[in-house]
Amino acid sequence: MRLVKVIERLLAAIPIMLGVAVIVFVFMRMTPGDPVDIMMGQGGTVSEGEVERLRSEFNLDKPIHVQLGLFLSDLARGDLGNSFTKQQPVASLIGERLPATIELAFGSLFIGLLIAFPIGILSAVKQNSLLDRLSMGAAFLGISMPSFWLGIILILIFSVKLHWLPVQGRIDYDAGLQTVTGLYMLDSILTGNGPALISSLKHLILPSIALGSAVAAIVARVLRSSLLEILRSDYVKLARAKGAGETTVVMKHAVRNALIPTVTVVGLQVGVLLGGNMIVETVFSWPGLGRLVVEAIFNRDFPLVQGAVMVYAFIFVAANLVVDVLYTYLNPKIEM
Amino acid sequence: MNDTHAPLLELRNLTTMFPTRRGEVRAVEAVNLTLRKGQILGLVGESGCGKSTVLLSILGLIAKPGRVDKGQVLLEGRDITHLSGGEMRRIRGREIAMIFQDPLSTLNPAFHVGEQIRESLRLHHMMLGPPWPLDRAKKAREKKRVIEVMQEVGIPAPEARYKAYPHQFSGGMQQRALIAIGLACQPKVLLADEPTTALDVTIQAQIVALMRRINQEHHTAIILVTHDLGLAAEFCDHIAVMYAGRIVEIGPTDQVIEEPRHPYTAGLLRCIPHVGERRAIEPIPGNVPDLADLPPGCAFSLRCDSARPVCNEGFFRLQPASADAVKRGEGGHWARCLRLTDYQMPALED
Ligand SMILES: Nc1ncnc2c1ncn2[C@@H]1O[C@H](COP(=O)(O)OP(=O)(O)O)[C@@H](O)[C@H]1O
Ligand SMILES: [Mg+2]
Repeated sequence: MRLVKVIERLLAAIPIMLGVAVIVFVFMRMTPGDPVDIMMGQGGTVSEGEVERLRSEFNLDKPIHVQLGLFLSDLARGDLGNSFTKQQPVASLIGERLPATIELAFGSLFIGLLIAFPIGILSAVKQNSLLDRLSMGAAFLGISMPSFWLGIILILIFSVKLHWLPVQGRIDYDAGLQTVTGLYMLDSILTGNGPALISSLKHLILPSIALGSAVAAIVARVLRSSLLEILRSDYVKLARAKGAGETTVVMKHAVRNALIPTVTVVGLQVGVLLGGNMIVETVFSWPGLGRLVVEAIFNRDFPLVQGAVMVYAFIFVAANLVVDVLYTYLNPKIEM
Repeated sequence: MNDTHAPLLELRNLTTMFPTRRGEVRAVEAVNLTLRKGQILGLVGESGCGKSTVLLSILGLIAKPGRVDKGQVLLEGRDITHLSGGEMRRIRGREIAMIFQDPLSTLNPAFHVGEQIRESLRLHHMMLGPPWPLDRAKKAREKKRVIEVMQEVGIPAPEARYKAYPHQFSGGMQQRALIAIGLACQPKVLLADEPTTALDVTIQAQIVALMRRINQEHHTAIILVTHDLGLAAEFCDHIAVMYAGRIVEIGPTDQVIEEPRHPYTAGLLRCIPHVGERRAIEPIPGNVPDLADLPPGCAFSLRCDSARPVCNEGFFRLQPASADAVKRGEGGHWARCLRLTDYQMPALED
């Protein structure tokens, strides 16, 4: 039953992705700046003929509705087209960068949840204690502090001053990692490459903290506030009246129910992590999708931007879908 | 030392307070109650007069910063007021179980009803047998007992309903499930906090009948908290009437109902509608006073139509209300009213 619904929802994502792609298609062509001009500006002097040749190669000389028709018919065949500037298929460019973004997103999520759960639970259980006040103050900071700024501070402290962790990149050049999935830590484990595992972990830590601290702050606050409400509920009273100890009361009866609102927020954060970390990727020279997209936008690389945006749309739909599926497990009152 | 002649449960001078912004509120003040094996005691009063606080104090579940300030709770003669957390947990649910007013919000929405009943057994290691690795067998024994209890409280098709969630039950079934949770470990005392208030009248009658059956079959003593004096009159052997944190009248049910000696009890009686009778119900004027701001003397004086100025002076003890009143705490009919000697209750008929 669930599986059928999941497949239905995934199919329903296709029109959303298409719609997003068309909107981006139109908007990109309406923004000032011509891709060929930009490319030529970088290439020095070129002849009129060369410019014309590129225009027709990219179909930019045709009317916009014809271009759109060509784009959609390529898409129907599963072809995202070629990048203007990189002369490579968009799909393979995205495929190269996406694992880096995914690895960073999961690293940040891991760190975020690792901090959020103990803090959220403890500060709810010890409401108004010093610990509660301190951690909620920190959470406020964590939410309001820009992640790139935190990233720079982290680099200054842990890389520049202490030399504990690397400044940039995903792995040391001499690690000799054979890529399988593109997720370096996973690949290191799969190929049994210990030094590569350590190296990629070291590279992952700082950017994950920079991105994950906001996640930690947001999730800890949601967890705390829903726990506070639940700890006053009748079913928690009953659990105590049955003779359950505080640990069982909190960890089993209360946290289980507090997960319901928390999962929604975590799901949203996963979408944000996968979609919106261009700045942190830039700070740490992390070769992820975000940087690729920013570059593509500046270069007016239409096919690349369109493809990336469709990937983002898919990620958001998928993150929402995962949340909804988890929901049906956590909240028996809800069916898909 | 456990005194074998001691009552099952005894409250001595129990006082519970809550510090609030407006000063300390004594939600329960100097309450003395005695519950014997198999007895059903009704604790009656309008809402806000401290009934639930009495029950939670017995179980040591007063939420901080509230606390039991004075007095003792004795279970079979053993003082359980100041037990450690672990010792108290062994009593909760095992010796003294509690059922609550609103069954839907009291069941955990995330767990199967059967599992919630089984948790009571597990918390108190009720189905111990050969230890691990045979705990599959233990689980089977526990499940068997859960089905048994579900059957006993009248949940039809318990095997099928074991894996139902609370929201899939009707209100009456939810309350039965709660009672099953309470009964799973065969406690000696059942504290029932308005167990029928949230239910339809027909379901109320079923739940009351169920509790009576439990009382008769297992000799489980019950404290029934209710704001419905009519229900208490029908169900309980003894009735204690509470007002503003104090017991104002206590005695055997027929004496309290037929010869109420406190004007508050009389007022509550006049609020009970009787089927087929034309007599208008007369609400007690006014509201329960603010516990942080009680008048001196008798707390009911503000609403009492026969109050005199002296009612606001001094302190009133529970006094024997009838000639055969015996030693305090050992039954008899008592009331806390200044005019007990010369006061004549207005006849109910006019
Ligand atoms: N947690 C609490 N904090 C502060 N005051 C409380 C708390 N619980 C109960 N009280 C006080 O005790 C009074 C009696 O409450 P309660 O025992 O729930 O009454 P009842 O069950 O008779 O309706 C309330 O009016 C309130 O003033
Ligand atoms: Mg109450």
